[in-house]
Amino acid sequence: MTFSIIWIPFFLMAAFTIGGGLGVVISRNLIHAALFLALSLFGMAGLFVLLEATFIAGAQVLVYLGAIAVLITITIMVTRRLMGITETVNRQWPIAALISLLVFITLTVVNVNAFGAVLEPVAPVPADDITLLGLLLADAEGYFVPFEVASVLLLAALIGSIVVAREARE
Amino acid sequence: MELPPIVTTILAILTDVFTGINDLLMTLWVDTLGLSEQLAMSINTFIGAFALANFVLLNLILTIWFERKVSARVQDRFGPNRVGPWGILQTVADLGKLLTKEIIIPTNADIVPFFLAPLIGVLSVITIWAVVPFTPTAIGADLSVGALYFVAVSSLGLTAILMAGWSSNNKYSVLGAFRAVAMLVSYEVPLFLGLMIPVMLTGTMSMQAIVDSQLIAYFFVMPVAGLIFWTAMIAEVGRQPFDVLEAESEIVAGYNIEYSGFAFAIFYAAEWAHGFTICALMAVLYFAGWRGPFVETIPTLGIVYLGVKVLVIYFIQVWARFTVPRLRLDHIMNLCWKFLVPVMLVLLVVTIVIDKAAAALIPNYLAYLNPDLPYFQRLTGMLPRAGVLLFINVIVGAGALLAVSRQGRAERERIEALRLAEIEPAGPMAPIETGAD
Repeated sequence: MTFSIIWIPFFLMAAFTIGGGLGVVISRNLIHAALFLALSLFGMAGLFVLLEATFIAGAQVLVYLGAIAVLITITIMVTRRLMGITETVNRQWPIAALISLLVFITLTVVNVNAFGAVLEPVAPVPADDITLLGLLLADAEGYFVPFEVASVLLLAALIGSIVVAREARE
Repeated sequence: MELPPIVTTILAILTDVFTGINDLLMTLWVDTLGLSEQLAMSINTFIGAFALANFVLLNLILTIWFERKVSARVQDRFGPNRVGPWGILQTVADLGKLLTKEIIIPTNADIVPFFLAPLIGVLSVITIWAVVPFTPTAIGADLSVGALYFVAVSSLGLTAILMAGWSSNNKYSVLGAFRAVAMLVSYEVPLFLGLMIPVMLTGTMSMQAIVDSQLIAYFFVMPVAGLIFWTAMIAEVGRQPFDVLEAESEIVAGYNIEYSGFAFAIFYAAEWAHGFTICALMAVLYFAGWRGPFVETIPTLGIVYLGVKVLVIYFIQVWARFTVPRLRLDHIMNLCWKFLVPVMLVLLVVTIVIDKAAAALIPNYLAYLNPDLPYFQRLTGMLPRAGVLLFINVIVGAGALLAVSRQGRAERERIEALRLAEIEPAGPMAPIETGAD
């Protein structure tokens, strides 16, 4: 493979993603871990841009950086005694390591088999990919059912959080 | 009359100034210096991005001066009038002062997030300008997800606020960050819903297409949506009446309280640039951006129209800033969750239903969206839709105001009744409860 100018942003974003992920695991400070998580998610968004999946990239930044990373950071800040923790591992680390290893192997095997041993250029992204995405989400043949199930799940979680957070009345 | 070739070339460049400069530079890079076309395009993109980012920041020198002058007029003062003509260089002097000041780092501050926060904050504002269309041909990047890009990058500002508040190692800055995030996250809801209206009416998230389809500006078609969107935008910037983030006359700053010198200046720049940026976005999304007479034949006029619209909106924002009193945080939240969000949701659903029904009933309802049609045909083609949407807006807006006024009256009567019930049984000499027993 010859050098191409697109390698520079790719390796930058890949470094953000992997470095951020590593930072989450090895930081002794939970807030730093949360910020590293945000960096990792940002790197993922950059990779989506390089894959020309701009909508997914925008949604990634909006949902994960703008909402979930902020939520995690606030949760850490307001939870008592969570800030004092400095150990990076607890008793569950062997099983966690095992599960991550299994997930890694599965993903690698699936991806290598999907693309073949040599990476071939994939089909070009259709020009109007958002319309296509929207139609697929609203199409009974496409992803209508998973989409609706996911929205019902989110609604249930929303109602559940209200029920949990509501003050008990006598 | 035959014009000399150099004059026609200059005229051609002036007609479409951004494309003209781009072509001129391309000839320079490719023909004169012999660079490859791809590299030349990369260089031009870089120059464009550099110029745009610097425009946003240098523009602050003028807008801060403008804001101080207008505020002085509102408060019956002179404002800056010593440095340069009409005090126009006052901001430059202030900048010099801030540059030379010491950056004080609080004890036990978390250095890396502490200095990263202002950078992310200013970045989240500057990058918005990539999707602001200046003329029919000039835009930083005409993304197919322009509107989503705008909300995505502006949500990075939240991260910056949290980082600043936490890394300062000061309980007041953490509390300030919480206050800011609570308010900003709440106001993102009406903001996104308000952003959905132009996207929905146009059928695309591309900013250039949104401007192109506004033969009649969306603000005059959907005034209720426009006003709610504008309110949410002002809250996102944290300006009066939503400035509890800073509230300089009561609590003095929030998340950025520990910042000094140039680190503070960057936060300050981000905030003021954001104040100007929302005016540009309002002009683009609801006031038809570069649209104006003859803009199709002379694209350069677009930047004049956009500039005038942005300045008028900016003036109104500054005017409101120095006349409207500050709201309390719980009132701000009530306004958002109990008024703006419900009204916007009702408006959105009603618009979807009636607009779709009208599209099925009225022939050529959406034909005006086609950019290839002649201008006047598109303008008249939009009229039926404008009428339908305006009707919806008037109904929903009037209904919302009626509901609020009825609720307000009921609340007043309830409090009045409570007060009477408290006073009446005890008579005029009721003992004063001190609560100190």
